Amino acid sequence: MAGPMKARAKMQGNYADVRVLMSHPMETGQRKGGDGKPVPKHFIQNLTVKLNGKTVIEGEISQAVSRNPVFSFRIGGAKPGDKIEISWLDNKGESNKTETAVA
Amino acid sequence: MKTKLILGLALGALAAAPFALAEPTADEVAAIQKRDFHKRGQAGMDRIEQDAVQRVCTDSHNKPPEALAKAMESDQLKAIPFPSGSLIGDWKKGAKVASGGRGMTWSDDPKKPSAGGCYNCHQLSARQPSYGTIGPSLTGFAKKRGNGPDMQKYVYGKVYNAKAYSLCSNMPRFGSSGTLTEEQIKDVVAYVLDANSPVNK
Amino acid sequence: MTKRSLRRGAVTTAALIAVAAAPAFAQDEKKEIQKYQQMIAEGSPAELWELSGEELWTKKQGPKNASLEGCDLGLGAGKVKGAYAHLPRYFKDTGRVMDLEARLLYCMETLQGRSDKDARARLFGNANKPSEMEFLVAYIVGQSRGVPMAAGASHPKEKEAFEMGKALFFYRAGPWDFSCASCHGEEGKRIRMQDLPVLSEPPGARKAYTTWPAYRVSNSQLKTMQWRLNDCYRQMRFPEPTFGSDATIALTHYMAVLAKGAPYAGPGTKR
Repeated sequence: MAGPMKARAKMQGNYADVRVLMSHPMETGQRKGGDGKPVPKHFIQNLTVKLNGKTVIEGEISQAVSRNPVFSFRIGGAKPGDKIEISWLDNKGESNKTETAVA
Repeated sequence: MKTKLILGLALGALAAAPFALAEPTADEVAAIQKRDFHKRGQAGMDRIEQDAVQRVCTDSHNKPPEALAKAMESDQLKAIPFPSGSLIGDWKKGAKVASGGRGMTWSDDPKKPSAGGCYNCHQLSARQPSYGTIGPSLTGFAKKRGNGPDMQKYVYGKVYNAKAYSLCSNMPRFGSSGTLTEEQIKDVVAYVLDANSPVNK
Repeated sequence: MTKRSLRRGAVTTAALIAVAAAPAFAQDEKKEIQKYQQMIAEGSPAELWELSGEELWTKKQGPKNASLEGCDLGLGAGKVKGAYAHLPRYFKDTGRVMDLEARLLYCMETLQGRSDKDARARLFGNANKPSEMEFLVAYIVGQSRGVPMAAGASHPKEKEAFEMGKALFFYRAGPWDFSCASCHGEEGKRIRMQDLPVLSEPPGARKAYTTWPAYRVSNSQLKTMQWRLNDCYRQMRFPEPTFGSDATIALTHYMAVLAKGAPYAGPGTKR
């Protein structure tokens, strides 16, 4: 069960300032657990951002990103009320997504 | 005996000082801690009980009456077990004692050696930017003050029991509390006083 | 020049440059730390804890199969907005001054019928197993964003708690003779690179009290005020304070009263 995800989008002049918080352990596979054995890799690999249903960002991230990542970016040509959907897929095949309207 | 009389009179004078009505008594403060704290790991409830130094310093807001302070400092200085021979150990080991911060907490293994946490409060080596400012900078200590037998005794004594020099000092009593061993303290003395130590380079 | 003396020359030059750069280095560090603090404050994962907390607040649990929505945090049953800013305060139903965590324990036990043992089962979480208490605290404090701190200060028990907190703040004990004031009693001091607010004066109390509870990046975890007090006492080499006890509440109350009027900025983000 993926943890919560929260996004915020606000107009700043011609573009929308978007910030999304993602709950994810982002395990590198190198950290040793309490038993001394490495904790298996578990991290977000793909990040997709859609504006009104159309994909505008396709991102690949790696285990270099730390736990509970925060992703902030700008979308040009966005208008108030536009729907922004952010979704992720991790190396275990788990996924989550969230939606927000541009304020 | 004289110290005990002075201590008794001083505490009596402090206790009789005027205070606001809602202020708790010393007994009430002790009682609430006895009830609301509990032993965990090596941190037992004996740690809540104040000794004479802690009582005097708490009651006087760390500004003890001069005569009393001098008497208590002198008593403690007499009780420091200065080792015979050289007080300078190995500065490389001393560097580790100074940088390390573990020991004496409820999450520490009492069987393992403690460290001194010196960098938490002091600047030491000029090349170490991560240092605290609760205590004075010790950078270049031996260059400024020398490292002869008197200075060695001073540094050893300070680390062993800082209260023997300044009764209500913030600095813990690393020797008399059983935190650091004689050998560890000598190593810290070396870190501070050895001409080859990064502290003096 | 022989190869050997060339190398020595290079090393000396490098050493000189390093020494010369030392004072500037310290200034850069301060700026970098400030930049880092700004970065982590924008978009704090603490908000994720708030979301989970809001879910838990409405979740039916315990033998009474009830949610916490009927819990009175001081402004009336179920009123969450602004409630944290008025804590700690005296509660007639328990006859005690209570902070947020103590009040949550009370509501878990009375509204949901959970045993003391069950309610206290997981008070401090870790990155892999967060605690219910931490989610709830994040949610409730978030609902006081921007509200001026107004801990109770009129009831005799509230005045007593303030004075007891003050006495405890200055109480020196333990093998290292520490009191809270040993670290938090003098302006302009720091431990290693961590600045220390003076908690016994309004400016420092305001700064600290309005930014805790906080998401602590080094723990990947939301840490509550009760946790902060607990970990302080551990590092002071004291025995452990009981969660939600009068002693811990008195200390929180002392700081909260000194922080009066400052708008709440939490949940915060710390290193």
